[in-house]
Amino acid sequence: MGFEDVASVAGGILEWQEQGLPIVSSSNLTPAQRDRYSRHILLPEVGIGGQEKMLNAKVLLIGAGGLGAPTALYLAAAGIGTIGLIDDDVVEESNLQRQVIHNTERVGMAKTTSARKTIEALNPDVNVIEHQFRLDAGNILEVIADYDLIVDGVDNFPTRYLLNDASVRLRKPVVSASILSFDGQISTFVPYEGPCYRCLYPTPPPPEMAPSCSANGVLGAMAGTMGLLQANEVIKLTLGIGEPLVGRLLLYDSLATRFTELKVRRDPGCPICGPDAPEIPESEMGRFPDYDLFCAA
Amino acid sequence: MATIKIPPVLRAQAGGAAELDADGATVGEVLRALTEAHPDTAAQLFAAGGELNRYVNVYLNDEDVRVLDGLQTAATSDDTILILPAMAGGN
Repeated sequence: MGFEDVASVAGGILEWQEQGLPIVSSSNLTPAQRDRYSRHILLPEVGIGGQEKMLNAKVLLIGAGGLGAPTALYLAAAGIGTIGLIDDDVVEESNLQRQVIHNTERVGMAKTTSARKTIEALNPDVNVIEHQFRLDAGNILEVIADYDLIVDGVDNFPTRYLLNDASVRLRKPVVSASILSFDGQISTFVPYEGPCYRCLYPTPPPPEMAPSCSANGVLGAMAGTMGLLQANEVIKLTLGIGEPLVGRLLLYDSLATRFTELKVRRDPGCPICGPDAPEIPESEMGRFPDYDLFCAA
Repeated sequence: MATIKIPPVLRAQAGGAAELDADGATVGEVLRALTEAHPDTAAQLFAAGGELNRYVNVYLNDEDVRVLDGLQTAATSDDTILILPAMAGGN
């Protein structure tokens, strides 16, 4: 195998370490990290290199609520090194039926702070960055620029469309899910490699076709199911393994426990990612349409 | 008869059904049959000019009819037509 100066130690590597003999490793993982992530490292698709990729990854979660909570927990457990959380809300009692990153003692606390405390207790390797404000056209480009991937757990259409347009401009992949009652949807948007959110939904629906969870209710476990599917997508994208849901929309019916997969094509007429979409000059990069009016119309 | 999957937001207008069968040789005919049987679904599905509302996606099996022949897409008894509005709940 090309090795030189080879010796054999009775007792193997453990005895070698016990004797304090030097170990040269190309890995930056500490012994504690090798132990913590051992179940990942055993996977051929992950290994030490993959775990290091995850520790170096920066993922932004928009929303530390229903979808954000389970996604953040499992990304933190996986060792995603930097997790940004955007939410301007505080924990309420009615959240605790599904937002499992929070708890009763944290009612009234900012959601990002509550989530950070849970994440830090779960995995001190993770650097949590709190963004206690709402995304809008004035701040979105600056916020998302620092991250590799974005997780969309947003609860309203204006922000979903804003996020889409900004993420396409900056070529940031977005893992997007939504839940309502007993149903969920998830897809992954990688700019110019597959469709964008506007290719899928060119126009937002009127209010009567898009009720909120607070109006219609949602099964708590739905947040967990779809949130973990989001976490799974983030990990696949970070590691470059498997088949992310690019060009696919996965629907989940929890009453029937049935998944349905639909194809999503790039729209050649898409005003954002289509071949004829206008070039955005530098001076226009931070300017977006008035999304609230757009969606209200 | 093709099978139509009704999204939760339309089920009240469709008599509470999650799934219905309807006659028609094309997607458009099948959806019209749905609106004739359940008139309250019409305004959500079709614009005044008779075209599909832009905020409603309709799938024939796993393909958006916009990339097929739109409402003229042929439909058979082996096909499933899925009505898919966008969903924004996440919190």
